[in-house]
Amino acid sequence: MKPLSREASLVMVLGVLLAVLGFAAPAFFSPQPLLSRLSMEAPCLVATCGMVAVMLVRQIDISVGSQFALCSVLAGTLASKNLPTSLLVPTVLLAGTVLGGFNGWLVAILRLPSIVVTLATMVILRETVRWHQQGALLNLPADLQWFGLSQSAGQWTLIAAALLLTGILAWALQNLRAGRCLYAVGSDPEAARLAGISPSTTKALTFLLCGLLTAAAALMNLVQSPQVDPKSGTGLELKTVAAAVVGGIAISGGRGRLWGAALGLLLLATISPALTYLHVEAYWEKAVQGAVILLAVILDRKSSATP
Amino acid sequence: MSAVLELRSITKSFGPVRALRGVSIALFPGQIHALLGENGAGKSTLIKVMTGAHQPDSGELLLDGKPSQPLSPVSARAKGIACIYQQPALFPDLSVAENICLALEPHSALSRVRWKNRLQTATSLLRRIGAQFSPETEVRALSMPEQQLVEIARALGSGARVVIMDEPTASLPEQEANRLLEIVRELASQGVAVLYISHRLEEIAAIASHVTVLRDGESIATLPMEGVTHDQLVELMVGRKVAASAPLPAPSTASGPLLELQNLTCTAAGIRNLSLQIRPGEILGLGGLVGAGRTELARVLFGITPADSGSILLENHPVQIRSPRDAIGHGIAYLPEDRRRHGVILPMPVEHNMTMAVQPRLFPWTWIRRNRERSMANQFIESLAVKTSGPEAPVGSLSGGNQQKVALARWLATRPRLLILDEPTQGVDIGAKSEIHSLIRKLASEGLAVLLISSELPELLALSHRVAVLRGGEIVRSFDAPPTPQQVLQAALGYGEKREVA
Repeated sequence: MKPLSREASLVMVLGVLLAVLGFAAPAFFSPQPLLSRLSMEAPCLVATCGMVAVMLVRQIDISVGSQFALCSVLAGTLASKNLPTSLLVPTVLLAGTVLGGFNGWLVAILRLPSIVVTLATMVILRETVRWHQQGALLNLPADLQWFGLSQSAGQWTLIAAALLLTGILAWALQNLRAGRCLYAVGSDPEAARLAGISPSTTKALTFLLCGLLTAAAALMNLVQSPQVDPKSGTGLELKTVAAAVVGGIAISGGRGRLWGAALGLLLLATISPALTYLHVEAYWEKAVQGAVILLAVILDRKSSATP
Repeated sequence: MSAVLELRSITKSFGPVRALRGVSIALFPGQIHALLGENGAGKSTLIKVMTGAHQPDSGELLLDGKPSQPLSPVSARAKGIACIYQQPALFPDLSVAENICLALEPHSALSRVRWKNRLQTATSLLRRIGAQFSPETEVRALSMPEQQLVEIARALGSGARVVIMDEPTASLPEQEANRLLEIVRELASQGVAVLYISHRLEEIAAIASHVTVLRDGESIATLPMEGVTHDQLVELMVGRKVAASAPLPAPSTASGPLLELQNLTCTAAGIRNLSLQIRPGEILGLGGLVGAGRTELARVLFGITPADSGSILLENHPVQIRSPRDAIGHGIAYLPEDRRRHGVILPMPVEHNMTMAVQPRLFPWTWIRRNRERSMANQFIESLAVKTSGPEAPVGSLSGGNQQKVALARWLATRPRLLILDEPTQGVDIGAKSEIHSLIRKLASEGLAVLLISSELPELLALSHRVAVLRGGEIVRSFDAPPTPQQVLQAALGYGEKREVA
């Protein structure tokens, strides 16, 4: 029997989980809380896309949480100075790109290990935000919320935007030369180099893309609340890496699909509220998530052991 | 006197490849026994059988005249068999004394290190072989020959009675090599049996008392060194090899050279002052031993390790090749050796592998046209007769020969003018091999210039119109007409030319 693809097994697991919820806790599906939960995850989905790209080239970026925070605070500061949205959005996106590009330069051009580089930038950026904000929340102008739309329209817009972006990137990974390059560099950088693909350029641009997507995620998070918390984005790196791993992206690069990671995120994001609705104590939430991640890695090992 | 270590009719196969087909050799205490053989004659496999890294399929192994169980790496060491490799395997951050004693002390993780004893042991061992450096030096700071001395001291310390030395002088300058030879003699005079592997015939003549010649996995002859001439040895190594089939007629000399190298030098790759020419439609074979600079030259030409000086002319125009991308742009293609590592990407589908080097041409404006990719892949699958379940099958599911064809297809897709083939039939079965041979001939007859690197002399001689032999990163001889195997080997071994005095 042919083993199920990771995406198919995730759909099955999700289906079972949702079916159980449907019987045991139909309240889970009441529209407004469900919509809120999904729109809260929309930024995370966009950030996961960036992490997937980085992981496909055998690298990791654990500074995304701090990039996220810095972009949020930057956006809040600019908004409180009444910068029009049409300027604010590109500025923040540019800032994210620069942050990602800096990581990429250190990793690809100076050839430093990405886990160390991004650990350093994670701390530096986080401390910069702390120093700038001194823990203070930033109030946002009212017109920035939900892009000035009604709450539910805004939520739908965010969810649709995140899905659309994911769809475009998933298509690009399979159908653009750039996507093929990511897989080639991640599978065997030397072979890619011999085929005329530059591994260092590819890696640098991937980090840059990750920074851009993280900035977009920060903006998508910003419009959902009236204030900016300088601690926002804490733990984003773990969440996105976990989603990618559960979704079948190999930590050793070159393997996995973006839709898998999106499903992985959805599964992880479903587990915690599901536990609440099923009256399991909240303490178990992280343990269950951890178990899911371990299971995913064990499955990866098995599938790569029998080629 | 009985032999310390004796092998009788040892055979060893790896899958379909018969690496050893019956090797017999006996090593006696106090004797230096030389082992000679071409690339791929089975020397490394033989060493691995002796050190217990490989288990022989059949044959007998005798220690002190008594039949012994097959060896494991641990039991081989316990029985006093030690091997010193060309590249010493030491811990660079530890001191000489630590390196020598690590293997000698009982390893319990918690046993206390007796530093004084360590130092004493190391000092006395180093004195025995006449080493001049302090045992407290960090190994990192030692030169290559000094590191080899550390290895020898370690072997002595472990009570080695058989010391195997695998080309210990290959990367040493003359003086250092002579000093090492002294130490080898010293070892033998202390009653150690030495198996000495080297390609330097004059060295073997100077120190060995006996020589065994390996050819195609068989021990062809064991002779006392006295009275043996170099010619005899070369003859034994080559045997009466018949070319697989007659080489093609050479292309007309009317056309100018496609590629011309003038005094090409690349220090990092060890290429020195190298000049050659190759015409369209010509197959130029590069002969030489492993490490003579053939692969290194290919890597320079393909921009992996760009040249420091000298010029590369393509159709009489000087070009700069600083990266594989440059090389591809100039119509150069390189099929690397070790296909499983860098020739193809095993988990990727056949079609993705085939189009990998031509993406910009095949998919302008960046998006991938599946139809074009599929039809190109199907064309190559048909024209090269690749046996695969389909273009979407991962390359890892194909046999070695077919993987090589996929790699070749990737480079033919670039429509190259110059194709560099590095060991194109390494590890492929006989059938695929002859297919690849006729393919190479066909490509050349269509006007492609081919630079062929092969360690298999029959293959090299059967395919090449001309042969250039490299040694130490230089062309030591070139043959305009197909040479005999003896001529190539003599040039590769550096015999027949005056050796420079260092």
